[in-house]
Amino acid sequence: MELRMAVTKRFGAFDLETDFTTSGEAIGVFGQSGSGKSTLVSLLAGLAQPDAGEIWLDGECLYSSSRRIDLPPQRRRVGIVFQNACLFPHLDVEANLLYGYRRCAPENRSIDFKTLIGVLRLEELLKRGVNRLSGGERQRVALGRAILANPRLLLMDEPLSALDDSLKFQIITYLKSASEEFRIPYLFISHSLIEVRLMTEKVLAVAGGRITGQMTPEQLARQRMGQSQVGYINLLDVELKRRLGGLYAYRWGDTELFVSAGDDAPRAVFELSSRDIILFKKHPEAISARNLLKCTVLDTFPSGNKVGVELGCGGRKLVAEVVVQAADELAIQARSEIYAVVKAASFRRLG
Amino acid sequence: MLTLTPADFGAIALSIKVAVVATALSLPLGFLYAYLLTYRTFRGKVILEVLVNLPLTLPPVVIGYLLLISLGRNGFLAPLCDLFGLRLIFTWKAAVLASAVVGFPLLVRSIRIGMEGIDPQLIQASRTLGAGGIDTLFTVILPLSVRGILAGSSLMLARSLGEFGATIIIAGNIPGVTQTIPLAIYDYASSPGSERAALALCLVAVALSVLVLFCHEALGSRLSRRD
Repeated sequence: MELRMAVTKRFGAFDLETDFTTSGEAIGVFGQSGSGKSTLVSLLAGLAQPDAGEIWLDGECLYSSSRRIDLPPQRRRVGIVFQNACLFPHLDVEANLLYGYRRCAPENRSIDFKTLIGVLRLEELLKRGVNRLSGGERQRVALGRAILANPRLLLMDEPLSALDDSLKFQIITYLKSASEEFRIPYLFISHSLIEVRLMTEKVLAVAGGRITGQMTPEQLARQRMGQSQVGYINLLDVELKRRLGGLYAYRWGDTELFVSAGDDAPRAVFELSSRDIILFKKHPEAISARNLLKCTVLDTFPSGNKVGVELGCGGRKLVAEVVVQAADELAIQARSEIYAVVKAASFRRLG
Repeated sequence: MLTLTPADFGAIALSIKVAVVATALSLPLGFLYAYLLTYRTFRGKVILEVLVNLPLTLPPVVIGYLLLISLGRNGFLAPLCDLFGLRLIFTWKAAVLASAVVGFPLLVRSIRIGMEGIDPQLIQASRTLGAGGIDTLFTVILPLSVRGILAGSSLMLARSLGEFGATIIIAGNIPGVTQTIPLAIYDYASSPGSERAALALCLVAVALSVLVLFCHEALGSRLSRRD
């Protein structure tokens, strides 16, 4: 998918001005609320008209003020998954799912209804009224409905924001697996860095109605580490080994981690903030923290007044942060050896 | 004993016919009118807004008189009637017209309230799913306005059953031809010794209104249960 948007749009005091070209299959649009993300979505889907400029998708012009082209939304084949599902309340689940499918030209229909309901596990829900669905079910139906319209680009506009944490990560699995299975490129719009990191391979950062940069989610996370309240969030994919009293021991690469907030599920993802990692130059004798990891410094990077330290540990990577003075005192540099200490209570379960 | 004469039955039947025809004919127009006012922006919209609400504030007699002079032999609408071979003045069709004009604002207002309650993102969703404007109008806006349409129709039906001022001017008060319940009551009330007959028709009018409102409530709660 290749997208070019060079448009301006003014709404009272707010003005949006973008000029970017991007390509890829899983692109994030990241910014705080009020930064212009939703306006971008509306302009791209044809739900609002730019004041001037051009929008091109895969070589086709969707909008051009100079050439007087403005394809109506129904001819753009740009689908949206809204924050609040937006299912039609007068139709049951099946009729909602088929709404876009029936309106799609037969030559563009490549998605099979049965396969889709299998992937999204909607078999049981087909005859149900949409007012009798849970939040997660509604969002799965909304996703299915958008995909069945066979769009060439799917806009996911904060699709997880209305869901609670545990549901979010279930739905992420569906969003990813469905888009990959049916090869539908998407723009994932979100104000949550974690969601963007889990869902995308490239990010457009938006602030004040401007695109401030295009980067990988990893670069964005590192760049924001210094100014973020929570630092850099490490995402650790782990496997349960055993229980140890009140603690859970997980395998993470070649290392073993002790975690308080574990459970009996065989696999889990934990968040660990860069701020919850303490670095020691030498092996500390006796410590209360349950995790002492011997690491190699792979790289350091500046972020605000902090220094990010990328650590290699048992075949995995971990990012810690220290203030500049500490980095100097410990003489942290690439290839040096260092000990990282993490309390068992510092891990937060994702989902 | 309160009894009804054959002429009274004629008036009741005519009242129902006029109210039903006026409401049925106004519905599609009222729906489109409400759609234009709710979803479209165009020049002169404010004139349409004022025009639709005018019958609410004007005395019905004034409306009747204005209709009479526009549809009369030298009225500006007369050629249009001639074109379709329509003779309206002093026929039951004139009573339909009077009821339609007087009840129209109630219909449009109710439908509009229903439309304004529709989440705009549902309309955006239907557009991005490939539905054009007219498709969206019939597959999303119409079914989701059903409550407003129902409320507007009942109000208009009830209002039409009671229409008097405009009707008496353009349809006259001809027993068996244009005499509806209110006109018949008016006749009885102005002739001495007919109090009981007037009262009997009054009770019929009350019963009809209650029936209309009752049906409205029953259908409304059925719709809510469906959700």
